[in-house]
Amino acid sequence: MSVEPINILLVEDNPGDVRLTVEALREGKVHNQLSVARDGVEALAFLRQEGQFAESPRPDVILLDLNLPKKDGREVLAEIKADERLRRIPVVVLTTSKAEEDILRSYALHANCYVTKPVDLEQFITVVRSIEDFWFSIVRLPNR
Amino acid sequence: MTTRTYEVRTIEILLVEDNPADVRLTREAFKEGRINNRLAVARDGVEALDYLQRRGQFAGATRPDMILLDLNLPRKDGREVLAEIKVDAQLCGIPVVVLSTSQNEEDVKSSYDLHANCYISKPVDLDQFINVVHSIERFWLEVAQLPPSGGA
Repeated sequence: MSVEPINILLVEDNPGDVRLTVEALREGKVHNQLSVARDGVEALAFLRQEGQFAESPRPDVILLDLNLPKKDGREVLAEIKADERLRRIPVVVLTTSKAEEDILRSYALHANCYVTKPVDLEQFITVVRSIEDFWFSIVRLPNR
Repeated sequence: MTTRTYEVRTIEILLVEDNPADVRLTREAFKEGRINNRLAVARDGVEALDYLQRRGQFAGATRPDMILLDLNLPRKDGREVLAEIKVDAQLCGIPVVVLSTSQNEEDVKSSYDLHANCYISKPVDLDQFINVVHSIERFWLEVAQLPPSGGA
C-alpha cells in the first residue's frame, strides 16, 4: 500500500454536499487529499491540467455528481471514459437521481459504479464512508 | 440504527472462477449476506460467454446483475472475457468486479482500461479472502445501485 495520500476529485456543485463529503473523508481511515470541481467544465479542465489547473494532481478516484452547471455530469463521464489518458481513473457516480435511465446510462458509459446520495445527513455520511472503505481499502486502484 | 429499505428482488451473480475452493468460499460468503442473491458459476471463459449470451445449454440463463471475474481461466482468458463483455452493447452495462490473485500492475491497469468496474486482489489468506468477498457483497448489493433488472 502506498503511503502517498489518495487523491480524490469531487465534482459537486452543492456546497452542503461538498462540506459533508469533506468531513466524512477527513475522519476516514485512509489518508486522502480532496480537490473539488464545482461544475463539469472545471472538472475536465482539472483532469486535463488546463489553465489554472496546470499543476493539479491526477486523481486516483473521481466522485461525480450528475446534475452539474455548465457541463452535465453525464457528458463529463462520457468524455472521461472516451479519453485514453483518463479512462482508467475509476469514476463513482454519486447523485440524488434514482432514475433507472440515469443508472443504466451511467453504467453503459462505463461509470465504475453508481451510488445514490441519501437525503438524510447521517445516511449520506455513512454512504461516503462506505465508498471510502470499499474503494480505498479493498479495491486495487490503478497507478498505486 | 437507521432503517433502510432493500430491494426485494433476488440479485443474480455470475461467478467466473475455475478454482473449486474459491467457488465454495465465495458461495458461502454470499449466502451470509443480507441481500437475497443467487450465484451461478462458470468454470472457464468460454462457458462464461456462453452463459452471458445464452448459447446452447445456457439458453434459459438469467441475465446477471453483476459478474465476479477471475483473470486466469482455462480455455478463454479472463482478460478476453472482460474485453468481450465491455464491447457488447447488450452486456457492457453489467458491473464486472475483477477478483484475481494477480498482483501484476499491468493486469490492474489493463483491466481498468478494458472498463472493469473494479479490480480486487484475491488475498491468499482464507479469512482475508472471506472478508473481501463480504466487502464486495456489502458494497455492491447494499450501497451501490446495480443496473435495473432486465436493462440492456
